[in-house]
Amino acid sequence: MAYDKFTILRSTAVPLPIENVDTDQIIPARFLKATKREGFGDNLFRDWRYNGDDTPKQDFVLNNPIYSGKILVGGHNFGSGSSREHAAWAIYDYGFRCVVSSFFADIFKGNSLNIGILPVQVSAAFLDKIFLAIEADPNAELEVNLPDQKITILSTGESESFDINGYKKHNLMNGFDDIDYLQAMKNEIREFETERIY
Amino acid sequence: MSNQASTLFDKVWDAHVVRKIEDGPDVFFIDRHFIHEVTSPVAFLGLESRNIGVMYPERTFATADHNTPTINQHLPVQDPLSANQLKALETNSAKYGISHWGLGHARNGIVHVVGPENGITLPGMTIVCGDSHTSTHGAFGAIAFGIGTSEVEMVLSSQCIMQPKPKKMRVNVNGTLGKGVTPKDVTLYIISKLTTAGATGYFVEYAGDVFRNMSMEGRMTVCNMSIEMGARGGMIAPDETTFAYINGREQAPKGEKWDKALAYWKTLKTDEGAVFDKEYTFDAAEIEPMITYGTNPGMGQGISRAIPTSDQVEGGKATYDKSLNYMGFHENESMLGKKIDYVFIGSCTNGRIEDFRAFASIVKGRKKADNVTAWVVPGSHIVEAQIKEEGILDILTDAGFELRQPGCSACLAMNDDKIPAGKYAVSTSNRNFEGRQGPGARTLLASPLVAAAAAVTGVVTDPRELL
Repeated sequence: MAYDKFTILRSTAVPLPIENVDTDQIIPARFLKATKREGFGDNLFRDWRYNGDDTPKQDFVLNNPIYSGKILVGGHNFGSGSSREHAAWAIYDYGFRCVVSSFFADIFKGNSLNIGILPVQVSAAFLDKIFLAIEADPNAELEVNLPDQKITILSTGESESFDINGYKKHNLMNGFDDIDYLQAMKNEIREFETERIY
Repeated sequence: MSNQASTLFDKVWDAHVVRKIEDGPDVFFIDRHFIHEVTSPVAFLGLESRNIGVMYPERTFATADHNTPTINQHLPVQDPLSANQLKALETNSAKYGISHWGLGHARNGIVHVVGPENGITLPGMTIVCGDSHTSTHGAFGAIAFGIGTSEVEMVLSSQCIMQPKPKKMRVNVNGTLGKGVTPKDVTLYIISKLTTAGATGYFVEYAGDVFRNMSMEGRMTVCNMSIEMGARGGMIAPDETTFAYINGREQAPKGEKWDKALAYWKTLKTDEGAVFDKEYTFDAAEIEPMITYGTNPGMGQGISRAIPTSDQVEGGKATYDKSLNYMGFHENESMLGKKIDYVFIGSCTNGRIEDFRAFASIVKGRKKADNVTAWVVPGSHIVEAQIKEEGILDILTDAGFELRQPGCSACLAMNDDKIPAGKYAVSTSNRNFEGRQGPGARTLLASPLVAAAAAVTGVVTDPRELL
């Protein structure tokens, strides 16, 4: 599925300083029943965001109008648990294009990259600085520069570099995806397949 | 390079790399692909929008499990959204020529139970599914892991995914397990030591006496939970126990093919001197029956111990307090004696015949506690049939339990099997996340023995007292 190309993103950010945010929190299983990839953002963090009677929980950050933006900043080990790509879809559909954390679970990280969300892993110390900057000013902007692999807190000028492999970086910057790549090497795969013992 | 000692993981991984991309992932060939109704529909839509087909339909297997009801499976599925997903799986499978074991099929069941029990899962394979507990199949010496829906689409259309090769970890558990200590306790113990993110970025090999002496069902329980410490998967070198389990299963190789396969399987072990990026060694005698007290699977401990204080655990106090608050527990409280409302035995973690045998060993001659609602859910129709043949159903019935029909059920509560808000469930499943078993549900993960002890006493009870 096509996604927006990612180069430089400058935006305010939404802070979620909780550790081990698992994909069941990002999107509970009962909202996985669609057969199309539409509307998952409505149920992003459903049970943290809404009461049982569907009224908003006022103390949850997504219900606080002072926070907004295209960057979600989460605590250590973000996206653990289930492999549901729906979690990444919900984050994308809600409007986020980048998730920042000091550590990501593997499958969530892969799913995000596959659908055009950039996961930016920073040091624990830099993550704290981001949370402090947002706490001091909810309008504080971050700049995520993919070509330079650098994230900057614009209000303080502090920055840190982040890792991403060259292949994925190229894909994200150009809106390419793996399926096109694999389609282009089908003959090679076919040859490989004939050698398989199973 | 050929004279270098290599690990089991390296041997299987390297044999499946079609192409290495410089500064990028490996193009990785997949031998077996399982699909289910929840994570596949959007992948099929993707194929249609790109106007591409399924490259090797005979390498993909479909079963319905996540959404299926566990009672009255002969009736139409009531929930229209669930029914729609089940229908989509059936239609997509038929359209592309994929084998489909839908609701009501004699071999239907949870994907990670039916793959092994029908001989689809074999040593040395690469196996993926849009489900993180695909790690289960690693019990056979396969590289098996969960993938997202974009990757499901990749496998359907090209039989490959793009994967960076993970680092390697070995977890050794040596010695002899004590009375009442099961494979589930071994895995909950390891996760409690490594934490919920301790193996992220790694693929794990389990080694040592404890795994060598473990049944295939037990090995599947352990490998199943690998993802709960962040590992993409876990594997155990195949041995005589593995070969005996596979031999004669419906889709297992036969005759000459069996001999050829067996010769290959015997090479699937880590060479002496092979190097791991990380290694842990634990003593079996240290492991007690385990139970979790918090909201991730790393928050577990020996059943007789008190809930830790925040300074005794890793991670921030705010996250820890949020977790205990959700559970309605306090630091320093004992887990023993806590009142239980629900018991769930089943899931891809503990829904195999051995699990029901263990459960029955405790409930035999006892009665279900009046305050407990119990859901006893086999992992497949084959397991269900075994439960009946072995007389376990009679034991369950006499003790006041009902046997339901196969499916994922209360493990993730996508069907009607939801634990009500605020209620406590001792569950043999794999995740105790907030709301996992229903909005507001409070989950205590444990073994089938601990679940049985809670079911007959109505409180958290050390199963060793009842054995």
